[in-house]
Amino acid sequence: MALRSVSKKSLGLGLGLGLAQLGHVRGLQSFSLPDLPYDYGALEPVISGEIMQLHHQKHHQTYITNYNKALDQLDQALAKSDSSSIVQLQSAIKFNGGGHVNHSIFWKNLTPIREGGGEPPTASLGWAIDKDFGSLEVLIQRVNAEGAALQGSGWVWLALDKELKKLSVETTANQDPLVTKGSALVPLFGIDVWEHAYYLQYKNVKADYLKNIWKVINWKYASEVYEKENP
Amino acid sequence: EIMQLHHQKHHQTYITNYNKALEQLQDAVTKGDSASVVKLQSAIKFNGGGHINHSIFWNNLAPVREGGGEPPKGSLGWAIDTHFGSLEALVQKITAEGAAVQGSGWVWLGLDKELKKLVVETTANQDPLVTKGANLVPLLGIDVWEHAYYLQYKNVRPE
Repeated sequence: MALRSVSKKSLGLGLGLGLAQLGHVRGLQSFSLPDLPYDYGALEPVISGEIMQLHHQKHHQTYITNYNKALDQLDQALAKSDSSSIVQLQSAIKFNGGGHVNHSIFWKNLTPIREGGGEPPTASLGWAIDKDFGSLEVLIQRVNAEGAALQGSGWVWLALDKELKKLSVETTANQDPLVTKGSALVPLFGIDVWEHAYYLQYKNVKADYLKNIWKVINWKYASEVYEKENP
Repeated sequence: EIMQLHHQKHHQTYITNYNKALEQLQDAVTKGDSASVVKLQSAIKFNGGGHINHSIFWNNLAPVREGGGEPPKGSLGWAIDTHFGSLEALVQKITAEGAAVQGSGWVWLGLDKELKKLVVETTANQDPLVTKGANLVPLLGIDVWEHAYYLQYKNVRPE
């Protein structure tokens, strides 16, 4: 989001009137719901069409709606130099903005079986997985264990540390994006382990959701992301 | 369906894992293994908290024909009017706070037994109410984890 204009009021001469007057935090841009690259039912039987539709049209949309609203309020607070409100809004921006960021990534991390979902990674990402985890099976086990152990709501990620050139498994709480665990971390894929991501189909058995989701993981996309950081 | 899953699966799992963590704790304490003792606190807090919170929760609910929903009277009714203005105002406050919980957690009507004040508080995940204040006594808690309502209300937590 670009600063439309930043205009600084000159400081009152010797009076310490002080506050630079910031312009608006964004122009007319509003964030909007990205389309899924596939039909709602395309990930069945791994994830039901009902879940995909609610998850996309309700949950993700709500994050976007509330994110836009918080940004509007931030805009106004900046215009008034109302620091108390600016700071107070950060929680809503982090949560809803994070929800938008995370879900936008998530839809790309999944793909129907007939479009390559679940096909193991090859080339440089496959090699990196073997190097950093020993094998794909070990990685899967790690991700499943971390996902199962997550207390409350959150995400489990396969992360690339682009500085250390290392893969790792990370978890984040609620809608915290992966970067909150390390600014050099790039998400290769994330798995939503909030209950809304699986409950209608798997009920309390999160472990079954984790076991099955590998059938629709889009390793091709993960490889693209990996190769972009490792040309 | 929700009540059965919630009780037999979710609450039971907290108890199973709580018992397991306490066994491991006993082991670690016996061996003087401080690293493990400290590491186990997360599992104890989460699963022990889940057991505490849900045990309270079942008592906080009652069938309509057994008085569920009948407004409080006597001293609690009076205290609610004093601290919130009215029962409606309290309900609105709890609804707003419950809807605003980011992620999983609980919303509580609590009594600060020292200040003799009623409060509305939220806790994250399975943190019991005391984590918000040692003097807080839960009068009622509402589970706002998605498992508490999703099968019936889907994403519409405010409902």
